[in-house]
Amino acid sequence: MIDFFKGKNAQEQEQLKVEKNEQEGFFSRLKKGLSKTKNDFINQVTTLFSSSGKINEDLFEQLEEILIQADVGVATTIKLIEELKERVKQDKISEAAELSSVFKEELSRLLQDEATGLDIKPGLNILMVVGVNGAGKTTTIAKIAQRYKSQGKQVLLAAGDTFRAAAIDQLKVWGERVGVNIIAQQEGADAAAVTFDAIQSARAREVELLIVDTAGRLHTQKNLMEELKKVRRIIEREAVAAQTQVLLVLDATTGQNAMNQAKIFNEAVNVDGIALTKLDGTAKGGIVIAIKNELGIPIKLIGVGEQAEDLQDFKPDEFIEALFSE
Amino acid sequence: MVFQNLAEKLQATFKKLRGKGKLTEKDVQAALKEVKLALLEADVNYKVVKDFVGKVQERAVGSTVMESLTPGQQVIKIVNDELTQLMGGSKSELEFAAKSPTILMLVGLQGAGKTTSVGKLGKYLQKQGKQPLLVAGDIYRPAAIKQLQILGERLAIPVFTMGDQKNPIDIAKAALSYATSNNHDLVILDTAGRLHIDQKMMDELKGIKAKINPDQILLVVDSMTGQDAVNVAQNFDQTLGIDGVILTKLDGDARGGAALSIKAVTGKPIKFVGMGEKMDALEAFHPDRMSSRILGMGDVLSLIEKAEANMDLQKALSLEEKLRQNEFTLEDFIEQMEQVRNMGPLDQILGMIPGIAGANQLKNLQVDEKQLDHIAAIINSMTPQERRSPEIINGSRRKRIARGSGTSIQEINRLLKQFKQTKKMMKQFSDMSNGKMKGLRKLPFFN
Repeated sequence: MIDFFKGKNAQEQEQLKVEKNEQEGFFSRLKKGLSKTKNDFINQVTTLFSSSGKINEDLFEQLEEILIQADVGVATTIKLIEELKERVKQDKISEAAELSSVFKEELSRLLQDEATGLDIKPGLNILMVVGVNGAGKTTTIAKIAQRYKSQGKQVLLAAGDTFRAAAIDQLKVWGERVGVNIIAQQEGADAAAVTFDAIQSARAREVELLIVDTAGRLHTQKNLMEELKKVRRIIEREAVAAQTQVLLVLDATTGQNAMNQAKIFNEAVNVDGIALTKLDGTAKGGIVIAIKNELGIPIKLIGVGEQAEDLQDFKPDEFIEALFSE
Repeated sequence: MVFQNLAEKLQATFKKLRGKGKLTEKDVQAALKEVKLALLEADVNYKVVKDFVGKVQERAVGSTVMESLTPGQQVIKIVNDELTQLMGGSKSELEFAAKSPTILMLVGLQGAGKTTSVGKLGKYLQKQGKQPLLVAGDIYRPAAIKQLQILGERLAIPVFTMGDQKNPIDIAKAALSYATSNNHDLVILDTAGRLHIDQKMMDELKGIKAKINPDQILLVVDSMTGQDAVNVAQNFDQTLGIDGVILTKLDGDARGGAALSIKAVTGKPIKFVGMGEKMDALEAFHPDRMSSRILGMGDVLSLIEKAEANMDLQKALSLEEKLRQNEFTLEDFIEQMEQVRNMGPLDQILGMIPGIAGANQLKNLQVDEKQLDHIAAIINSMTPQERRSPEIINGSRRKRIARGSGTSIQEINRLLKQFKQTKKMMKQFSDMSNGKMKGLRKLPFFN
């Protein structure tokens, strides 16, 4: 039915060869992690562009299909295609092959953001990590802690997930593995109280990065969102001088619901950036594009594997370059 | 509510159809285009949507539909039929082994909700008289074993663990012989979350399957999953041969497209849905009922079942009598309120009532359960005599009740006023049914 599915097996075999390459530098990790995304998403696009000859309505329809299957979402897909059509008219593009670079440009413009990665300044930095259940908050926290610990920073964790069974233990295990201290109370304790304790402790120990874990909650649970606001208020009240950032952890396999999550968490606690996890599966991560487009919330970090080094700064240019490179 | 977005979009589309006495092929096509967009926005897999729309179109443009007296209704009926089919037709029961113990194995991606589902399923089947044993097979995620132990303790269901140093295959095997010698007729095995493309981890699952030969392998899927749900389900199914699906986190505003796609692509039914944080928030999945919820036709059957399970028939009868005699008191009022609340979160219950599911005025309604707590506190702070005859509650009594319930006098005034109005209203209704029509004139809408 759709011709670009045919080439997939060959591509995957090629990918295996790439994976044999033991060089695990930043770029190869990014590429490896994104290989699935690349294979399924952009290669489809490139094949589509180079194989179709003249531009026609069919081409746009196929493009629409690919974008939607990548979880970009109906609204953003339509917008992207309208823009592309506009460019085609303006620049009098007639060959399908030319569309590739035009499309790359459009995507790059959309994802561009001046600040990427986490912004860690001298003095106390507080990072509040929020998200729905199972998005990968605790693992992400462990990875961030490891990264800054290895850079010689004083890191402290606050076990603010006092709700889920054994969540505190999970963070404690990570704390031990990474070698950072953790402030915890018992299960069922007030998350805001844990945060309060952690801030006092962070001050006393001259901590540079305090990472506050929070319980996973569906963004529709009003009372739990209120609790989250309270934690944020405590941080603002107790650590006026500190530089506070709120990081929303999103699972890349999430579909259009990620948009609601971003919207509602943003309304509640002002999200500064997104960490997109589990990008090493077959999920296409297209929701990144939609969220940036509709909400303007930048993507700060991406998770492309289990290891600590697999958490990387999101760099739009490299991201797109890695997506497009063969 | 579940499928809220999808429900709203479809209902808006069908509203346009319903009014028309005659349908042209163009009308149907326009409506189906909107259906297509609504489904895509709900994360239903692209190919599934294409098939679905094709099927509906084929049936809808036939002459029997177009020439019928209510073509709009006919089209909606076709969509309802196809939607039900898409989700698996009828309810799919869990099968138990002829020879005890029945072994259930839960698998899925990280963060899908496996461990929680193991606990919920244990409780669900324990209620049906099973003697479950939960097995902690996730040796990789820190504290996953502890999590299951805590859940087991809360539910009073034994949990089998060998720590995180043993191979999951050995754990599963040992758990099986433990279950047999300790008279457990049901074993529910938790496994570590893994990516469906992680060959090594998928091989581990195959190894477990080969060793313990589970009766049912259930794939746990997060209902918020996007287009990828189909890839995940297909991969797990091809590697392991799954028997069914547990769909989790349906209590959020998930668009639920995964529910619609997985059955269509793998042919494997959705057996259970997770509807909340509490351990009893697991329900059997009824495709027909879910379909009519999506189309705004409500789900009266589930509502009745919930009512039957949670309401006391004797009490309901005596309440009816009291209403007739106009002896309804604050005591009855609070009892009634508690019974309704036993059925579950109010917004979920409201979603089952026909016409309410997609009603616009309820779109942003947040049922404030706290408000109900306040009312309960106020009534509980009254003396029995005050509850029976609220008219004796004077200023100083109000002050005392406010202090006792931690509320304000204004709140008590409001409650008493509302109660008085409710009672008046009830009297008018019971007069009406007793044939005393004169009461009608007092009702606002007969003025």
